[in-house]
Amino acid sequence: MKLTIERAAILKSLAHVQSVVERRNAIPILSNVLIEADGGDMSLSATDMDIDIVDRTPADVQQEGAVTAPVHTLYDIVRKLPDGSQVELSLEGEGGQVELRSGRSNFSLQSLPKDDFPAIGSEDLSNEFTLPAGELRQLVDRTRFAISTEETRYYLNGIYLHAAEADGVKLLRAVATDGHRLARIEMPLPQGAENIPGVIVPRKAVNELRRLIDESSDDVKISLTENKIRFSFGSVILTSKLIDGTFPDYDRVIPTGNDKTLDVDSKVFRNAVDRVSTISTEKSRAIKLTMSEGSLSLAATSPDAGSASEDLEVGYTADGLEIGFNSRYLLDIANQIEGDSMQFVLADAASPTIIKDVADSAALYVLMPMRV
Amino acid sequence: MATSDDKLCRDCAERYDPADDRCPSCSSQRAVQHPELFDLSTAHIDCDAFYASVEKRDNPSIRDKPVVVGGGRRGVVSAACYVARIYGVHSAMPMFKALKACPDAVVIRPNMSKYVEVGRQIRSMMEDLTPAVEPISIDEAFLDLAGTDRLHDAPPAVSLARLIRRIEEEVGVTASVGLSYNKFLAKVASDLDKPRGFAVVGRHEAYDFLGKQPVSLIWGVGKALQRKLSRDGITRISQLQEMEERDLIARYGSIGGRLYRFSRGEDSRTISTSRPAKNVSSETTFNEDLTDAEALRARLWPLCEKVARRMKRADLAGRTVTLKLKTNSFRILTRNHQLPAPTQLAEVIYQTAAPLLDREATGEAFRLIGVGLSDLSTGEFADPIDLLDASSGRVAKVERAMDDVRARMGDEAIAKGRSLPSQRKK
Repeated sequence: MKLTIERAAILKSLAHVQSVVERRNAIPILSNVLIEADGGDMSLSATDMDIDIVDRTPADVQQEGAVTAPVHTLYDIVRKLPDGSQVELSLEGEGGQVELRSGRSNFSLQSLPKDDFPAIGSEDLSNEFTLPAGELRQLVDRTRFAISTEETRYYLNGIYLHAAEADGVKLLRAVATDGHRLARIEMPLPQGAENIPGVIVPRKAVNELRRLIDESSDDVKISLTENKIRFSFGSVILTSKLIDGTFPDYDRVIPTGNDKTLDVDSKVFRNAVDRVSTISTEKSRAIKLTMSEGSLSLAATSPDAGSASEDLEVGYTADGLEIGFNSRYLLDIANQIEGDSMQFVLADAASPTIIKDVADSAALYVLMPMRV
Repeated sequence: MATSDDKLCRDCAERYDPADDRCPSCSSQRAVQHPELFDLSTAHIDCDAFYASVEKRDNPSIRDKPVVVGGGRRGVVSAACYVARIYGVHSAMPMFKALKACPDAVVIRPNMSKYVEVGRQIRSMMEDLTPAVEPISIDEAFLDLAGTDRLHDAPPAVSLARLIRRIEEEVGVTASVGLSYNKFLAKVASDLDKPRGFAVVGRHEAYDFLGKQPVSLIWGVGKALQRKLSRDGITRISQLQEMEERDLIARYGSIGGRLYRFSRGEDSRTISTSRPAKNVSSETTFNEDLTDAEALRARLWPLCEKVARRMKRADLAGRTVTLKLKTNSFRILTRNHQLPAPTQLAEVIYQTAAPLLDREATGEAFRLIGVGLSDLSTGEFADPIDLLDASSGRVAKVERAMDDVRARMGDEAIAKGRSLPSQRKK
């Protein structure tokens, strides 16, 4: 194998695939990237056995073939090469070393046999639909903060993606919860997604995907079966195993009988919570909301630091109510509200509260209060 | 006219002329005299054989007998009165050894709640003197009396003498005072003249005084470090005084800095009134070794209840549950589990610790079991109700209801079934 490629092109491609690879690996081959040269393309593949990623870029292929090399080392080398330089990769001898030449620099990297590299699945996945990258970003951003990190309930360690129907409208829904808060976002069901099974996309795949589509304006092709999901866009194909578990019946958790509404200016509220919570120390982030006709008072106290309070004018007409929330959870949600106004729908100090973006019915959040 | 040569009566806190050999007010001969006596303000107060003293106070018929407070046959001595100490009994000694040394000893099971109550009474007397009280255990504390002269119209030494007299009169136990210019030396001093001691280590003699002492006197020099030092030929503090700080740190790590400073009588630690707890735990040693998982579980539950009670009282919650076991060959095992959210509930602690126990109870014989919570936060974060788990709120509700019943009707009023002896036939 021998190819030449512009430094910027291989750097971008390596940046796409390298973060899937764990820094420490018990299985040496998993630290490597598979480099394949065929036709006019260089394709890079990396895997952690749960997530596979393949990135394809045009290159000047002098000799077809494949080789593996340690991905983090390779990435670090390419990063340090001068901008605009050409990079030549070749395999010397009988599967020994990968040679990298660029300008006056020469590197010889330990390789591992390409046949040891795990097969990257490329089988067709039966259900297929398309979402614009922008919509997929929203879907991920508004749910991923609520993903649980608790290992015992592994089935909460991802985003639950599924088809649903509400008031006769077919919807695609993404839900995440850690037991303290729940985020649900929905959009009209894209064509092709009618028969998708409900799947739980693991956190690492969600984060990889989000990173890759950060600036993309492409359409993302999503295909999935019961145990795999694949995202294809631009030069990248990301395939991930799904969490083998049953996501809880989240509908049960969303209260229907809450009767008190509190309307706040989202920006004013977000800033006030941020200010008041400054007082509480790292570990205690309780914030107390006291509502009375037309006004909301936020208060936080910390045994070490002191206390803080702030009064806001709000839309509230129900009986007075005092309720406590974890301020970080409150901010996580407030940060996702883009409209001018957010609405709380409350029952009492011990029951789940609904939070909505008034201008955008696509997103709904549920937050469990704390004892204060 | 009061002078710095004045004697201070240990028994009635009077200052009197150094020419007198008895206190003119109470005729006691026990006097404290030291050139720096009325200038020093850092004190360490330590009750004498505290648990044993409390027991003697409550039962005058054992007043002159050797009294040992401690757990049953397998336990260790928690406190030995001064009569028992004549026979060589000391605290932390295994009970069977203590009884061998002193077969006539009156052995009393510790009544912790009583000692805590007495300790609290003493602490509040200390706090009458100064707000700067740093408790180390239930019967000992550091006091910073700097700047209290005007308030009490007496120098710290006199206030301290009055305090120990008050403790003796109102509580009925004796205490010893160590007075110096820093915590390390105050603690050293309180031990010099026990029981009913009042010892002073001043700035002028500190260096020479320390030079004559063994290295084990230094706080933080335990058996292991002592061995290491003695391997290097260092047994006396005077040897440390001759060494450079750099060398000590290079040889012994960060403790080297302390060896350097303490050996020269320097200790800049301040007296801090609140030392937040890092963990809360409880343990028990069995009379007979236990192997059976079910029997071990039965001993685990009351410990969980005890830890939970203390957490609730202090309004704390902990996220990491630690199970501790000691095998019959004295090997200590600890196993941790981190919870998704902090707890203060006995039930949650038990449900977390029991599986850890089951994994270890595979035939080995154990002599001790303990359980604790660490990674502490304030109680407001304890046991959040889980959106997805309806039972999470119920467990908390049941336990809080039980606590409520106990608060009104006593601890025995209500209990979980697992705390009753097993009815099952083997």
